[in-house]
Amino acid sequence: MIGSTNNSASRNGSSPTPDLSKPILSVEGLTVSFDGFTVLNELDLAIGYGEMRFLIGPNGAGKTTLIDVITGKSKPTRGRIIFDGTTDLSRRQEYQLVRLGVGRKFQTPSIFASLTVYQNLEVTLGFRSRITRLLGKPRRGEGDRIMSTLEEVGLQHRAQDIAGGLSHGEKQWLEIGMLLVQEPKLLLLDEPVAGMTRRERDRTGELLQSIGGARSVLVVEHDMDFVRQFAQTVTVLHLGKVLSEGTMEEVQQDPEVIRAYLGNSRSQRPQAGRLNGRREAEHAAPVAAD
Amino acid sequence: MTTMSSIITVVRNASAPVRMNDRIGSWIAPAIMLVVLLAAPAVLSDFRIALLGKFLTFAMLALSLNLIWGYAGMLSLGHGVFFGLGGYAMAMYLKLESAGGKLPDFMFWSGLTELPFFWAPFKYAWFAIPMTFIVPAVLAGALGYLVFRSRITGVYFALITQALALIVSILFIGQQAYTGGTNGITNYTTIFGYPLNAPSMQLILYYASVTALTAAYLLCWWLISSRLGRLLVAMRDDENRVRFSGYDPAVLKTLVFSLSAGIAGVAGALFTPQVGIISPTMMGIVPSIEIAIWVAVGGRGVLLGAILGAVVVNGAKSGLSESFPAMWQYFLGLLFIGAVLLFPSGIMGLLRGEGWRKPWWLSREQVRGAISRRLPGAQR
Amino acid sequence: MEVWALQLFNGLSLSSILLLIALGLALSFGLMNVINLAHGEFIMIGAYTTYALQQAALSFTGDAQSGITFLIAIPASFVVAGAAGYVVENALIRFLYRRPLDTLLATWGVGLFLQQLARTIFGAPNVQVVAPPWLGTALTVTSDLVLPVKRVFILGLVTACIGGLYFYMYRSSEGRRMRGVMQNREMASSLGVSTRRVDSFTFALGSGLAGVAGCALTLIGPIGPSLGTFYVVDAFIVVILGGLGQVPGTILAALIIGMLNTMLEFGTTAVVGKVLVFAMVILFLQWRPAGLMRAKGR
Repeated sequence: MIGSTNNSASRNGSSPTPDLSKPILSVEGLTVSFDGFTVLNELDLAIGYGEMRFLIGPNGAGKTTLIDVITGKSKPTRGRIIFDGTTDLSRRQEYQLVRLGVGRKFQTPSIFASLTVYQNLEVTLGFRSRITRLLGKPRRGEGDRIMSTLEEVGLQHRAQDIAGGLSHGEKQWLEIGMLLVQEPKLLLLDEPVAGMTRRERDRTGELLQSIGGARSVLVVEHDMDFVRQFAQTVTVLHLGKVLSEGTMEEVQQDPEVIRAYLGNSRSQRPQAGRLNGRREAEHAAPVAAD
Repeated sequence: MTTMSSIITVVRNASAPVRMNDRIGSWIAPAIMLVVLLAAPAVLSDFRIALLGKFLTFAMLALSLNLIWGYAGMLSLGHGVFFGLGGYAMAMYLKLESAGGKLPDFMFWSGLTELPFFWAPFKYAWFAIPMTFIVPAVLAGALGYLVFRSRITGVYFALITQALALIVSILFIGQQAYTGGTNGITNYTTIFGYPLNAPSMQLILYYASVTALTAAYLLCWWLISSRLGRLLVAMRDDENRVRFSGYDPAVLKTLVFSLSAGIAGVAGALFTPQVGIISPTMMGIVPSIEIAIWVAVGGRGVLLGAILGAVVVNGAKSGLSESFPAMWQYFLGLLFIGAVLLFPSGIMGLLRGEGWRKPWWLSREQVRGAISRRLPGAQR
Repeated sequence: MEVWALQLFNGLSLSSILLLIALGLALSFGLMNVINLAHGEFIMIGAYTTYALQQAALSFTGDAQSGITFLIAIPASFVVAGAAGYVVENALIRFLYRRPLDTLLATWGVGLFLQQLARTIFGAPNVQVVAPPWLGTALTVTSDLVLPVKRVFILGLVTACIGGLYFYMYRSSEGRRMRGVMQNREMASSLGVSTRRVDSFTFALGSGLAGVAGCALTLIGPIGPSLGTFYVVDAFIVVILGGLGQVPGTILAALIIGMLNTMLEFGTTAVVGKVLVFAMVILFLQWRPAGLMRAKGR
């Protein structure tokens, strides 16, 4: 099964010594259409080993669809998604992708409400075990691993509480913890701070920074304050294509981006829009995203 | 690491009262029940013991449904089929033994001249008895895999299993020459070479039922307290999260559905010799959905609840339905409604002090809202 | 050739009755995500309403065969079954939203209760409704193809009901509200649509349609307290095949199931036909798990 080593890149056999200068995830010419409507259009995107990338873009840009395709929930019409050097993700089942090392957090917290917090992690930890192992006692060391993950996401004091009773923010952290305990190579987070209070948001940002580095992280986010505070590299998606890529400052200055966010009619007032941190406006947006 | 272990110790101590309660639920109460069942023949008449023996096979059937409904949230409305298949497999053995090498009577009446090929091996007990588990488990496994693979859950799964109950029961009624048709298979004389109707044999069968029920209980208990059991509950809560945690829910669900069907089949196999008949009336839509009400009355999601519910409801049925058949139908109808609306956690819920739900005419708000939160198997 | 034309017609006839039953189920499933296991008993209520009207007419005028009584019975069945549905929705089902599996059990209880009530009032044996004489004739298309007028009448009745439903759903403000709630309950509610009212009216409408089906069934054979259970499981299969509460999908699925049932029965036996249809539906769902029609969108 899984060793306790943290070196997630070299564990799963598919590529024993990956070339770390190459990207862990490489999306090439990805096109997705539903009923004739093109959501992603010849999209190219690459994320390096250990990189934390933020993905932003107006509604309908295709952010959630991109995550859906990477995690096997939707199938691409054309294009390839190469993971960890060799594996094409686009033709696999969701659970197989998780075993390869792709973890996904959903927009709304998705946890096991009638299990305890501890059991939530315990359940996800056995994901590579055979059925017969699932019937046996937990392995030695698993308890420590679960507790240290809970400590990482700040939920150690709630270990024995029923997860359904957690607050919204705690549920989000729990879901992140459930992913972390599986030690994924690539973590996809769909709006991890949606609906959080300011304090919860900051703690989540610190959490993301602490988990970055050891593994690659792709964060979809609408909250521009949050992105500005914690993002190094930002990719802007618009109408199914990459519009701009760079630091937040660079992206913010890009006239294409400003036009995409504000629309042509209002392009005379580039400073007034959502990119500059009007949180009210931002929060009106994500409602219809899924 | 030492801080880690001390945290775990603290956490364990904090939950001590819960664990005590669990112990009463999972060890002490079942142990008392087992002692009562073992001692019952000393107190009750032969007739009552025969009745109780039959109820115990129903209890085992309810236990099997509780495993998939109460824990994994899959309501099967076709569990009568699996019970019936087990019962028929046993009946084929009993019938062939009683026929003593000749063609069973109903086949002769239907114009068959020789034994159908799939009947032949059932004259051996070593073949027939495993088949009481294998046949229903394989049918459930095949249907389950197809259904779960296409991600059919909740109400859809319930309706498909209900259709299965209809189809299999009319199939058995229609194939008179092979199944005995509406009358089913009856008139057995011996089992393993001993006369079936002797009181001592009935007592042996009663103890066999107690043993099988205990074994099934222990199996289910082991299963649900393992990580696989937590995973079943997890699937009930959020199947998608299980899938995105690296498990294939279709495989897990198929496995537990198949196991549950197998347990139901063994219960059917114990039913047939004790009652002396198996017929399609045991496997249709109506008996299949009644199993769900036994579980609901006893308390879904609690292993002991299914056993209690099966015994209590069937006890009431044999008391009421013989003297007032019309009243029983009304009562059963109201029981379905009441068990869901007023006592959703069943007898076990009442015993645990969760109380009854305030009826809607007393408290509208409570009923409208998220009352189903802690209720296993209410949602998909 | 005529044999096949007759089979086609019989299939169409079965499909139309299935459709009338399944539509009510599909509507309430699409709207409230609940399946009503007592739906078959609303068919039974419609049938017994027709029977009771005829008995009443018989005792007043001594004329059981009046076609007018039957024509009155059609709307009467709709109203009585619809009212029963309205009561069940208000007294029971609305407390069980978001608990679809519990709704199955509770409505099964309602069904048991109603069946026993019918036994108490009308007795357990089946009863026969006498069809008006003009429905007892046959329509000669060619010398080899003779269609019973009853069946043609039922086809016409179902077509009229579908037409009425279409107008209700797509041409009336009530229907617009209903579709609004189906598509987005929260949004409709916040725009001032009384979702409660829409729910109970839709449920009553579906029950009423089942009542009309029951009325139509009195033309085909004798009726009894468990009349509904015979048809309702097929209707469930239609709803599953049709896809989540989709009306067009339900119509297509009813056609397919009715035709398949009739054709396969003709080729084999009734039992084998049913088994084959069940197997085909399960296999079809492997290919399209969401049924024939699914809601568009991403």
